Amino acid sequence: MTKADLKTVPSPVGENTPRIDSREKVTGAAVYADDIQFGNALLYARIKRSPHPHALIKNIDITKARELHGVKAIVTGEDFPGFIGLYLQDRHIFCRDRVRYVGDPVAGVAAISEEIAQKALDLIDVEYEVLYPVLDPEFGISPEAPILHPDLGKYVVADFILPKPDTNVSNHFKIRKGDVGSTWEKCAAVIERKYRIPHIQHVPLEPHVAIAKVDEAGEVTLWDSSQSPFAQRSLIADALGISQSEMRVIAPSVGGGFGGKAGVSMESLAVAIATKVKGRPVKLLLTREEEFYTAFVRQGLVAYFKIGCDKNGKLLAMENTFYWDGGAYTEYGVNITRAAGYSCTGPYEVPNVKTDSYCVYSNHPVGGPMRGFGMPEMHAGLEQCIEELALQIGMDSIEFRRRNCLKEGSILATGGKMHPTGLSQCLEESAKAIGWGHKAPPSAPNKRRGKGLALMWKAPAMPPNAGSSAWIELAEDGKITLGIGCQEIGQGAFTVAAQMAAAAFGVPYESVRLAAPVDTRYSPYEWQTVASRITWSTGNAIVNAAHDARQQVLQLVSEAWEENYEDLNIVDGVVVSYKTEKEIPLKNLVVYGLPKPDGKGWMGGPIIGRGNFMPSNVTGLDPETGQGEQAVVHFTTGAQAVELEVDLDTGKIDIIKGVAAFDVGKAINPDMVKAQMEGGLVQGISSALFECLQLKDGVVQNPSFVDYRIATSTDIPDEVQSIIVEVPQEDGPWGARGIGEHSMVPTIPAIANAIYDAIGVRFEGPPFTAEKVYLAMLDAGIVK
Amino acid sequence: MAFHKINVSVNGEIEQVAVPSNMTLMRMLRESLALTGTKNGCSAGECGTCTVLMNGEPVNSCMVLAVECDGVEIITVEGLAYDKRLDPVQETIIEAGGVQCGFCTPGILISARALLDRNPNPSEEEIREALVGNLCRCTGYTRIIESVKKAAKMKLEMA
Repeated sequence: MTKADLKTVPSPVGENTPRIDSREKVTGAAVYADDIQFGNALLYARIKRSPHPHALIKNIDITKARELHGVKAIVTGEDFPGFIGLYLQDRHIFCRDRVRYVGDPVAGVAAISEEIAQKALDLIDVEYEVLYPVLDPEFGISPEAPILHPDLGKYVVADFILPKPDTNVSNHFKIRKGDVGSTWEKCAAVIERKYRIPHIQHVPLEPHVAIAKVDEAGEVTLWDSSQSPFAQRSLIADALGISQSEMRVIAPSVGGGFGGKAGVSMESLAVAIATKVKGRPVKLLLTREEEFYTAFVRQGLVAYFKIGCDKNGKLLAMENTFYWDGGAYTEYGVNITRAAGYSCTGPYEVPNVKTDSYCVYSNHPVGGPMRGFGMPEMHAGLEQCIEELALQIGMDSIEFRRRNCLKEGSILATGGKMHPTGLSQCLEESAKAIGWGHKAPPSAPNKRRGKGLALMWKAPAMPPNAGSSAWIELAEDGKITLGIGCQEIGQGAFTVAAQMAAAAFGVPYESVRLAAPVDTRYSPYEWQTVASRITWSTGNAIVNAAHDARQQVLQLVSEAWEENYEDLNIVDGVVVSYKTEKEIPLKNLVVYGLPKPDGKGWMGGPIIGRGNFMPSNVTGLDPETGQGEQAVVHFTTGAQAVELEVDLDTGKIDIIKGVAAFDVGKAINPDMVKAQMEGGLVQGISSALFECLQLKDGVVQNPSFVDYRIATSTDIPDEVQSIIVEVPQEDGPWGARGIGEHSMVPTIPAIANAIYDAIGVRFEGPPFTAEKVYLAMLDAGIVK
Repeated sequence: MAFHKINVSVNGEIEQVAVPSNMTLMRMLRESLALTGTKNGCSAGECGTCTVLMNGEPVNSCMVLAVECDGVEIITVEGLAYDKRLDPVQETIIEAGGVQCGFCTPGILISARALLDRNPNPSEEEIREALVGNLCRCTGYTRIIESVKKAAKMKLEMA
């Protein structure tokens, strides 16, 4: 083989290789946590939860429940004094002296059946002293509000999170850049708006489930539906006061995550209960009702924007205040507040910025990470303001965005510079695809048609040193087993991982097998499967592992053949020499080595490659100004555009066409990138048109699929167009960066802008339900 | 709790199962027969992940009591493939990229198969209607709908 022949062997990177997990999934063979069979030893857990949004626990009486036949253990907060939390340790596993939301866990039961466990809950008597609740973040930050976490100043916290002790503010992120105050008078147009974004839920089709077992030596095994086996190992072990090595998390297929299965939510409950029934596995499966308000929810947001530009449409100043309704515990949510803070300008260059992003405790369900991590909420208002501002100065909004959007070298709100980005291209292509500037007539006389567009940016929000690792082991057949600690949550991580390993090592895609399920005892470390960081971060670790294994193979062959290392390559599973044209299949050497050139003995041995990756360039930000050199690793940018119709008789909105264009750096698997764009668009549409956790006095009124509607097959656009833009990420594998979350970030404002285009009406916030739209049209005199 | 002995055909095999009166078909499949391809998404008949064919009709198996299944024919996702050959709906959903997390997939496949059994050449509108009870949070449905169209075509060509 010569170097020229290489062209005939296609790299699996950039190919639409079939999903590695699809056959298992279409035949019902894929194993999810609830599918694992534990036999008769299995105990069933149920959780006694607070009926009050805010109260002191005066007494818990478990005597009657303990006497119920079949009950094996009952635990309360008294048993577990430790704290738990990702960025801010503000939670106990079970409440100890105070409950802070309706659903807060007060006691846990393990019994021989679910029915008995449920019955035992009714026999537990809890005496409360009801306290005044915080049900709105602006009230929560006021001096009149009761303090929900009096010990906030004592909690363990990450150094980039800034809580304000003796208040309900668990993080206050500030940007102070330039001089906003003196800029307003220089503006030709200024817009001031307030938006309210409701709480929503992730709604994975698979509810949260965790099965925990503690053996006699105290070693813990947890099987669960998880985006974060390693973070769970770390946090739960800390909370229980055991060492991380004594805790093992096994995480099989995940039936949808969207952030809801990141960090720790209900998993620690199962583990805590299991410590009291050693040797027996204890399963906790959330009911769909519990899923709606006791797992993480997306935080609510009250956002104020003041934005000004000059007569040429150049953005001059922004003053943004975000009050995040963080819920009862903000251990994860504090970093959403931070992310919204450093991303506060949206994908625009603005010289003068003053932003305050507050994470406020409330007596609402626990806010946590959800697809977009604050960005859909923040962009919802911002991208409507941009549209309105353009209108005010009489400029086409595409032109307005074209002038202001970030380009390579633009100065960011945090002071650093923007890396190469395809944002402008995303803008142009999405505008073109939606037919910007051409208004088609409505499909019926009782309908109004409109188009809208929005831009976005989003960085992976994570600690500066979130790491990934991977290993590659070769078997007798010359095929690869790839060890990774990231999770397949539907996004296609395992398939893309296999493509990258195959390409970086030099074997066909079909020669890669994943070492799954992820098991913290055997799998290499991964921080969490979140932040759309896996293709980029784990990808880099995989490339490093593949290169390590390659180097071992090529070193061995070069010594055995007495050839230069540089003349050798691995192509399609075969080691080839470009110089001598000798060839040897991997299977002949990767386990048993090769004979020495002189025939006296052997060399080499089983090949195993290892690699890791951890970003090293993220600097801190000044706590007073939010300024710093490198706030985050990078930003994925993009645009969405929609065309819709509003039914004047009903207020119903029909999305006719949706367009998505994102700069993914390099599409490792273009078809799966498009699948992310489509799925995210529909989840975004669902959040824009239907979704809202209706909270009344802290109680979720609609915790079921009947009352909390998500998009179905009849709600989707007639046409969806996905456009891949590729401006390479300098430190990404093959130039790749993430796409998973970004695909639902600009959807709400794109739809809001299209509704305005159709009927001239704007709303304080989503969902834009038929009822709400119809009433607004009545108010505006559009219909009578 | 009273147990009832029932004879039920599951994926072509007659099973004798002793089921408590309050056991649902979904639990019988998942727990008594270890057929865990049928998923539990809500236990309230609202999400469609537990859809199976009962005498050829798609039902939410969480809404059917196991005792009702005496003498009944059940097909689950595990019974769609024949002799290791995937059913057209399975094959085309892979091709179209209609699988992501896979949790709704078994229910979707059963509903799709039921649709094609009663209507071999459905319109896009009919496909959307047939899947309206099967929630999917990952894919945005487009590729799933595409896959059912392709499966219909494939079945017609085979026939």
